[in-house]
Amino acid sequence: MISVNGLSHTIGPAKILDDINLQIAPGGVTALIGPNGAGKSTLLSVVSRQVPAQSGEVSLDGADMKRIDHAALALRMAVVAQDVGVASRLRIRDLVGFGRWPHAKGKPSPKDADIVAQALAQFDLTALADRFLDEVSGGQRQRAFVAMAYAQDTDWLLLDEPLNNLDLRHARRLMSELRNLAQNAGKSILIVLHDLNYAISWADHIIALKDGRVAFAGETQDVMTSRTLSALYETDVSVMAKDGKTFVWHHN
Amino acid sequence: MPDRRLLFLAGLFAVSCGLYLLWGLQGRIWFILELRGIKLAGLCVVGAAIGIATVLFQTLSGNRILTPAIMGFDALFLLMQTSVVFFLGGFNYAGLPGPFLFAMNTVVMVCAAVLLFGALFRRSRNDIQLMILVGVIFGLLFRSLTGFMQRLIDPSEFAIVQGTMFASFGGINRTELIAASILLGMLSIWVWRQLPLLDVMALGRGPARHLGVDYDRHQFQLLCAIAAFVAISTALVGPITFLGLLVSALAHALMRTHRHVHLLPAAALIAIIILVLGQGAFERLMRLQSTLAVVIEFVGGLLFLVLLAKGKIR
Repeated sequence: MISVNGLSHTIGPAKILDDINLQIAPGGVTALIGPNGAGKSTLLSVVSRQVPAQSGEVSLDGADMKRIDHAALALRMAVVAQDVGVASRLRIRDLVGFGRWPHAKGKPSPKDADIVAQALAQFDLTALADRFLDEVSGGQRQRAFVAMAYAQDTDWLLLDEPLNNLDLRHARRLMSELRNLAQNAGKSILIVLHDLNYAISWADHIIALKDGRVAFAGETQDVMTSRTLSALYETDVSVMAKDGKTFVWHHN
Repeated sequence: MPDRRLLFLAGLFAVSCGLYLLWGLQGRIWFILELRGIKLAGLCVVGAAIGIATVLFQTLSGNRILTPAIMGFDALFLLMQTSVVFFLGGFNYAGLPGPFLFAMNTVVMVCAAVLLFGALFRRSRNDIQLMILVGVIFGLLFRSLTGFMQRLIDPSEFAIVQGTMFASFGGINRTELIAASILLGMLSIWVWRQLPLLDVMALGRGPARHLGVDYDRHQFQLLCAIAAFVAISTALVGPITFLGLLVSALAHALMRTHRHVHLLPAAALIAIIILVLGQGAFERLMRLQSTLAVVIEFVGGLLFLVLLAKGKIR
């Protein structure tokens, strides 16, 4: 359980987060949605402790995040940030291998190698494993970072817009794998999503942010309605159902 | 099993040392060998310090163009040395015992680097671009202050400072060399224990922190180590600006890996080989009619440009 209590955050003159109170339940996919500048990425980076909380408190399973040791946190929470630039010349296999660092501390065992190989296969990277990170496409690089967090094998997995640059095959595969991890391996996943169709199809819970405040939150089928979404984005959005599948119409 | 390319570098290292010691050996053999041995040891210590410091610095900055020299580390060292002469007076300075002088210079250097760069980090954590800008300005400031103080002191005191201003392997002090070797050894052992951690830190602050590394603490420690490495090389021979850039580019191009367990020894060996061959050529082919810095920066600069043009360095 991640609890956020009275969290506010300002960057320069702008109030990015304004008194956020949230409970993120373990075991499930929780999607963070909202218009540009709503504070989604900031909330994710405060929850992942990339940025210290300015006021208010974030706690993980009842323990104040500020007091959790770096190494201990890395065993409980893995993070995929948005567009990370890596300066060193790394092969994809090495990058994914770094996911085992919190466990192996630089002395990888055969078990770690197995997990890395499995992560590479899971994200369709085995054929690319020996390519350099700066010699593959943006989507392939993005998948490599997701595979690295996957190899970290933590209870919590936080992803900031992981579908960026992914083609529809890999986007769907990633979402279905996240859902699978939540359902069958008991992982808890917090994911920032822009595409409402992915959110409505794969997420168990939704948290919608607008202007630094929580607009609405709850079970996906309860809160994702034409009315709430239209208000959230100040644009006409229709939630429709066809052949037992729900989708969001917003293109025209 | 050691990497093939490292073995090749080690072989080249042995050959260049042998060449340096034995080339044109005649007359009072043991006396000459002893003189050359001291110089060779100095070259090895300086080369290792420069190679390791540059690779570590580039790992921290996530950039292959920055070197400690660009950030004003060696200018800071010269400023510290000049101000010690300025405030103590040249006579007192020259009267101090060598190892004490070396220890004092190193301690002053590390403290100054920690104060300056520590304060910089607290204010603008991980804004590496701001750091670079501040570093370039610091370098300029240190050089100007050094020049100003050197104009104020009298000519005989200036002569003492002048010896440290230009790279020279001519007069390496034996006791200073021993002190420097011990410090280099201790620092290298410390760095050796951090090797896998350095690979993670090269990912950058964000990813390294996600993997459970207390990045800010390690960054601070590494900055101290870099300051000490620069102090070692600058104290022994003076500033060699271009060598670090060349060495780390060559090490990265040759090893083609992110692993510091290969990069650091390669950088140290390459730096030593360049220095030993350069000094050998300078002494015996050019009959001391130039300076080592000119030899290294001319040949090294050409090599760097050729490699860059051929796309071997990136």
